[in-house]
Amino acid sequence: MSRDKMSVNQNILVKLKDAGFKINGKWLVQGVSLQVEKGKIVTLIGPNGSGKSTTAKIALGIYKKIEGAVEKFTNKVGYVPQKISIDWTLPLRVNDFMVLTENLRSETIDEALSLAGVIHLKDKNLGDLSGGEFQRVLLARAISKKPDLLVLDEPVQGVDFTGEIALYKLIKKISDELNCGILLISHDLHTVMSATDHVVCLNGHVCCSGSPTDVVKNVEYKALFGDQASQVLSRYEHKHDHVHTDEGKIKKN
Amino acid sequence: MFDDFFIRALVAGIGVALVTGPLGCFVIWRRLSYFGDTLAHSALLGVTLAFTMQFNIALSVFIISSLIALTLIQLQKRTNLPGDALLGLLAHSSLAVGLVVIGFLTFIRFDIMGLLFGDILAVTVNDLLIIWIGGAIILLILKLIWKPLFASTVNYELAEAEGLNPDRAKAIFTILMAAIIAISIKMVGLLLITGMLIIPAAMARNISTSPQKMVVFSIIGGLLSVILGLFSSLEFNTSSGPSIITAALLLFIISLFKIKQTIKLKN
Repeated sequence: MSRDKMSVNQNILVKLKDAGFKINGKWLVQGVSLQVEKGKIVTLIGPNGSGKSTTAKIALGIYKKIEGAVEKFTNKVGYVPQKISIDWTLPLRVNDFMVLTENLRSETIDEALSLAGVIHLKDKNLGDLSGGEFQRVLLARAISKKPDLLVLDEPVQGVDFTGEIALYKLIKKISDELNCGILLISHDLHTVMSATDHVVCLNGHVCCSGSPTDVVKNVEYKALFGDQASQVLSRYEHKHDHVHTDEGKIKKN
Repeated sequence: MFDDFFIRALVAGIGVALVTGPLGCFVIWRRLSYFGDTLAHSALLGVTLAFTMQFNIALSVFIISSLIALTLIQLQKRTNLPGDALLGLLAHSSLAVGLVVIGFLTFIRFDIMGLLFGDILAVTVNDLLIIWIGGAIILLILKLIWKPLFASTVNYELAEAEGLNPDRAKAIFTILMAAIIAISIKMVGLLLITGMLIIPAAMARNISTSPQKMVVFSIIGGLLSVILGLFSSLEFNTSSGPSIITAALLLFIISLFKIKQTIKLKN
């Protein structure tokens, strides 16, 4: 792939080059190169502890002392974090939470809340919401500011099954309508494979990446997720050039 | 009617309450009560230095408190001690050093009680200017950093990810804390300033459903505490600081009953 040519591409929103982050001498993730472009959905997959959230935080600029380079070409960012702990010493209603990082018009707030199916919760205290309701509010908040770049870290966790499908459809719709780039973290392989433009499979480093069809063929991917997962699309054998150590590093054969 | 000094104290107290209201909410939200205490204790050192060097008290307290805040940040980075231990270390050592220095200043007649607990007789027209101009500047800056400060109080990573620069807002807020302590020290006294920050805001939390309401109720609570406290201070000849804080405590207790009522109504 001609990455050098792409770096002058005006559509790039964020670009990681050999990015890594370590904490207390232990690498959480290392050597990640990826880019998110306008109108494209890039999905990170990988087992627990493979550095998916860390990669997202590197892309967002939350982690600053990183190895490699990260370039962000937009400041209009919407973020749905995986874990969010809100201190209930704060009296905070959904409506207050929606304007947390940007002042929005009332119609804009209503529109986003309706899209996420939680308009009826507008005046409720944030602490009184269920996990799934709160997740929808988080998503509504992220899309309401009409960002250029959406970073969604397990955006449908705790949402009921039918809601999950609807929310993924919504994410796809937002990507089309706003022409924004989406960096999505998910372990729901079925959804990932159907809506994504580019998949990056992580396990402490980039195992494999490419279009969903390419990735499911990759033996690395199969090793991580098992044979069943590769049947999401099709089955294809491929010779692999490295195996993993327990830490997720590459062990040369 | 009122003597002149009382009007001055009242105007000063109202100025202080207008600023401690919103700042106090952030002290509660960000769990900074002990941090406020530390800055206030270090203020004694500031006051003694002001006397030794014939310097403006508010300015001197502001400088020393800011220095202590910066020292704390450095110590947090360089030692493995927990935050509360560092706060205790700085609070008590700066208070102790301040008291020792006072011991040496035998040539100055010192009203320690006034310093620790506030003295309405001590408020001059000059102090009024410092409180109102300083207070206006603090509120203006707080308004400017409100968005990033509030967003990072709710969730640091969201604020950082969406480009609000929460670290800068936090640093500025620390300076504002030092500033409010500097301007309110004469009214409330350095042992009770944190009470003025926390108690009206805590009362407001009990009866508020949104952050904006909490700020408004906190200001109203502070104003009522100052007015009630100063009148009783005049009436019973008590120190102004304890009188104001006791009034704030009464309001807090009343707000607890309000909670019980709403819970009953819900059931």
